[in-house]
Amino acid sequence: MTEALPTLWFVLIAVLWAGYLFLEGFDLGVGMLMKLMARNDTQRRVLLNTVGPVWDGNEVWLVTAVGATFAAFPHWYASLLSALYLPFLLVLLGLIFRAVAFEWRGKRDSDAWRDRWDWAIAVGSFIAAAGIGAALALTTTGLPLDVNGNRVGGAFAWATMPALLGAVAVVLFCLVHAAAFVALKTEGSIRSQADRLFRRLLPVAMIPFLGWALLVQVGSGTVVTWFVVVLAVVAFIASYRAATVGRDGRAFAGLGVGMLALIGSIFGAAFPVVLPSTLDPAFDLTVQNASSSPYTLGLMSLVACFGLPLVLAYQAWTYWVFRRRVSEASIPAAHAVTAL
Amino acid sequence: MEALEIARWQFGITTVYHFLMVPLTIGLGLLVAVMQTMWHRSGKEHYLRMTKFWGKLFLINFIMGVATGLVQEFQFGMAWSEYSRFVGDVFGAPLAMEALLAFFVESTFLGLWIFGWGRLPRLVHLLCLWAAVLASVFSAYFILVANSWMQHPVGVEMVDGRPVMVDAWAVFTNNTALVAFPHTVFGALAVAGAFLLGISWYHLHKRRHDGLDTVGAHGTVIVGDAGGARDAVDHRVWLVSARAGAIVAMIAFAGTGITGDLQGKLMFDQQPMKMAAAEAACHDGTGFSILSVGNLGAQSCDDITAVIEVPGVLSFLANGDFTTEVKGVNTLLPEYQEKYGTTLPDDPMYGERAGTEIDYLPVMEVTYWGFRIMIGFGAIAAGAAALALWVLRKGTVPESRWLMRLAVFGILAPFGANSAGWIFTEMGRQPFVVAPNPDPSGIDSVFMFTAAAVSPGVSLGELVASLVALTSVYAVLLVVEVKLLFSYVRGGTASAMPELAQAGSDSGHGGDGGSGVSGARHGGKDDGDVLAFAY
Ligand code: HDD
Ligand code: HEM
Ligand code: HEM
Repeated sequence: MTEALPTLWFVLIAVLWAGYLFLEGFDLGVGMLMKLMARNDTQRRVLLNTVGPVWDGNEVWLVTAVGATFAAFPHWYASLLSALYLPFLLVLLGLIFRAVAFEWRGKRDSDAWRDRWDWAIAVGSFIAAAGIGAALALTTTGLPLDVNGNRVGGAFAWATMPALLGAVAVVLFCLVHAAAFVALKTEGSIRSQADRLFRRLLPVAMIPFLGWALLVQVGSGTVVTWFVVVLAVVAFIASYRAATVGRDGRAFAGLGVGMLALIGSIFGAAFPVVLPSTLDPAFDLTVQNASSSPYTLGLMSLVACFGLPLVLAYQAWTYWVFRRRVSEASIPAAHAVTAL
Repeated sequence: MEALEIARWQFGITTVYHFLMVPLTIGLGLLVAVMQTMWHRSGKEHYLRMTKFWGKLFLINFIMGVATGLVQEFQFGMAWSEYSRFVGDVFGAPLAMEALLAFFVESTFLGLWIFGWGRLPRLVHLLCLWAAVLASVFSAYFILVANSWMQHPVGVEMVDGRPVMVDAWAVFTNNTALVAFPHTVFGALAVAGAFLLGISWYHLHKRRHDGLDTVGAHGTVIVGDAGGARDAVDHRVWLVSARAGAIVAMIAFAGTGITGDLQGKLMFDQQPMKMAAAEAACHDGTGFSILSVGNLGAQSCDDITAVIEVPGVLSFLANGDFTTEVKGVNTLLPEYQEKYGTTLPDDPMYGERAGTEIDYLPVMEVTYWGFRIMIGFGAIAAGAAALALWVLRKGTVPESRWLMRLAVFGILAPFGANSAGWIFTEMGRQPFVVAPNPDPSGIDSVFMFTAAAVSPGVSLGELVASLVALTSVYAVLLVVEVKLLFSYVRGGTASAMPELAQAGSDSGHGGDGGSGVSGARHGGKDDGDVLAFAY
C-alpha cells in the first residue's frame, strides 16, 4: 500500500496540471484574445466577463499543483523551480500583472488607462501560458541536472527545442480553447467571431501539443499511452465537426477532452520519471527517489480525497450559477469612481 | 553581495510586502462579512452601503494579496531549493493544504460574492462571503503552522540527515502556531479597525467641513441631508463605521497583548537567544528595557546600557513571575557554541562559507526595535482609538483638519506593528532558517543554517535580476493601489454604488466625464444583472 502512494501522488499531480490547463487554459486564452480578437471596449468587457467570476478560482489550480508537488515530491519541486528560475520569474510577473489588471482596468474612466491594463492582461496571459508550457514540457523531456538535482549549464540551460515546443503548444491550445469557450459563453457578433476563429485555428493549433506528446511517446511510450494519443486525435476531429454544425458545447468538450488525453499520455509515458536529467539517467528524479515519506503522503491522501471532490463540486456549482451567455447588450455603461 | 544575501533580501522584501495586503484582507474581510450580516438581519440601508463601500476597498486590496502570494508559493523552490529539500516532508503539507482547503474556497466564493449580487438568493450570497472570509482566516492558520515549524520543529524524526514527519498532530498543534495564529488574526483586526476609523473620520470631517452636519447647542450633532449619496443615511454609515473601527482596534490590541504574552513565554523556552536579542540584554536579568542606548548594531553587547528599565517585567513576559532571571547574550553565546559548533561544517553545501565562524547573535538593532515598534505602534493605535471613541460620543468629529489628518495617517500604525512583528520574528531566528530548540518539547537535533538553504544552482545574476524586477514591479503596483484606494475613498459610498450618485443631483459627479452612470441601472432587467458590475 505504502508503495503505491508515490504513484497515486504522481497521478494526482498530473490531474492538477490537467485541471489547471483545462480551466485556466480558457481564461489565459481569453486574456490574449483581448488584444487579438476584440474590436472595441464593449467586446473586451464581454470577454472579461465570461471569465470574471471564475478566473481566480482557476488560478488556484496552479497554486495547488505547485503546493502539492512541494508536499509530495519536494525534490521535484526544488529542482524544477530552481532550474527554471528565470522562466518562473516571468510567469509570476505575467500572472501578477494579469491579476491586478482584471481588477483595476475598469476602475478609472480613461481609454489610455484601460488600454494599458488590456495590454497587461494580454501579454501577461501570453507569458504565463508560454512559461508554464515550457516548464511542463521540460519536466517530461529533461533538464541538465547533476547528481544533487541542481542545474548545471547556467541561467539559460533550459532554453532548448522542447521548451519552445511546450511554450507554443500551450499558447496555441489556450487560444483555441478560449475561442471555443467564448463561442459557448456569448451571444451576438462576438460569438460568431469566436466561432470562426475556432474553426480556422483548430486544424493547426493542436499540432505542437501533439508534437510534444509524440516526443515523449517516442522516448518512453507504451501501447496504452500511444492509444490515448490516438483517442486525442479522434476527439479533436470530433470537436471540429461539432463546430462546423454549430454545436458549441460539443466542440468545447471535444477539444478539452483531447487536451486532457494528451496530458494523460504525456505523464503516462513519462512515469515513473518525474524529471529526467539530460546528463545521466542515473540522476533522474523518479516517483520513488523524489517523494516524501509514506506518512506524509498518507496524510496528504486523506486530505485530497476529501478536499478535491469538494473543490470540483463547488467550482462546478459556480459555473452553473453563471451559466448564462453574456452579450454586448448586457454590459452596463462604464462607471468609474465618482467624485464627491 | 553574494547570492545568499540577495536571496534573503528578496524573501524579506516580498514577504513583508505580501503581509501588507494580508492583514487588511483578513481583518476587513471579517468586518465586511459582519456588516452584510447586519444588513441581512435588519434590512437597514446604512449596513448595505457599508457592505458595498468597504467591500469595494476590500476587493481592490484582495487582488494584491493574491498577486503577491503567488510569488511566495514559488519562491521556496526557486531561491531556496536546499531548504525545500530539507523541510519538504513536513513543510509542504500545510502549504498544499492551504491551497486545497483554503485558497480554493476563498477565490471561488469571492467570485460568487462579487458577481452574485442580485443573482443569488440573499442568504446564499451572504454565506458565500462568509465562506471566503473564513477561508482566508483558515489559510492564515495553515501558513502559520508551516512558519511555526521553522521556529519550533516538532513531530519529526531525523532520517538520513533530513526531518521526516512522524506525528502530524504535533505539527498541526504546535504550541508556537496555536499562539501565533490568534496573535496574527488580532493583528489583522487591528489593521482593519484603524482603517475603518481613519477613513470614516475623513468622511465625517468632510460632511462637517462642507456644512452638511452642524453641531447644535448641546454639542450634539444636527445631521444634514443633501440627498443622493450624501443624505442622512450617509452620516450613519460613517458614524457606525468609525465607532465599530475604534472598538475593533481596542479589542484587537488587547488580543495581541494577551496572545503576545503567551508567545513571549514560548520564545523564552524555545528561542532564548531571540529573547535576549529582543532585549539587547547582555547579562542575565529581570528588567524590561524601555530605552537602551549604545551601539546596538555592534556584534557584541558590552557597550549597550539600558537607560530606562522596568524591573521584573521581562521575567513576567518570559515566565509569568517577577524574579526569574532571563539569560543574557553573554550567557547564551557559549551555550550555543557548545551545542551547535563555532564554525560552519566543512560541507560543500556551505560554499565559501564552509568553515567560517558562526554568528549566533541576530542583528540586535532590528530585534530590539522591531519588538518595541510592534508593541508601541499597536499601543498608539489602540490609545488613539479609545480617544476617538470618546470624541465620537456626540455623533460627529471636530472640524479640525489636523485631527482628521492624524486619524487618516494613523491607519499606518498597525501596518507598521505587523511588519515589525514579522521582521522581528524572522530576523531574530537568524542564523538559523530552521531554529533548534533547547526546549524539551521540541527536537533538538533538527535545525538548518540559513547559509545552507539557498539554491546552489542559481546564479547571482538570476537572483539580482529577480530582486530588481520584483521590487520595481511591487513599487509601481503599490503606487497605483494607493492612488486607487484614495480615489475610491474620496468618492465615498457613491463610488461603490453609482445609483446613489445618480439619485442625488446636487452632489455632482465631477470626475465622471461624459460617460455618466445612467447605463448602470439595467439592474431590474433580468439579464442586466448577469453582470451588474465588476469588470
Ligand atoms: C497570516 C496570514 C498569511 C501569511 C503569513 C502568508 N499569507 Fe499568503 N495569503 C494570505 C494569508 C497569509 C491570505 C489572507 O489568505 C491571502 C491574501 C489575499 C488572498 O487572496 O489570500 C493570501 C494569498 C496568498 C496566495 C494567493 C492565493 C490565491 O491565488 O487566491 C498564495 C499563493 C500565498 N498567499 C502563499 C503564501 C506563502 C507561500 C506564504 C509564506 C511565505 C504566505 N502566503 C504568507
Ligand atoms: C508564514 C509564512 C512564512 C514563512 C514560511 C517564512 C519563511 C522564511 C524563509 C524561508 C526566509 C528566508 C531565510 C532567511 O533569511 O531566514 C524568511 C526570511 C524572512 N522573512 Fe519569513 N516567512 C514567513 C512569513 C513571513 C512574513 C509574513 C514576514 C513579514 C511580513 C516575514 C519576514 C521575513 C523577513 C524580513 C525575512 C528576512 C530575514 C533575514 O534574512 O534576515 N516572513 N522567512
Ligand atoms: C501588546 C503587546 C504585544 C506583545 C507582548 C507581542 C509579542 C509578540 C512576540 C513575543 C512575538 C514573537 C513570536 C516569536 O518570534 O516566536 C510577536 C510576533 C508578532 N507580533 Fe506581536 N506582540 C504585541 C503586539 C502586537 C501588535 C499590536 C501587532 C500588530 C498589530 C503584533 C503583530 C505581530 C506579528 C505580525 C508577529 C509575527 C507573527 C507571529 O509570530 O505571530 N503584535 N509578538
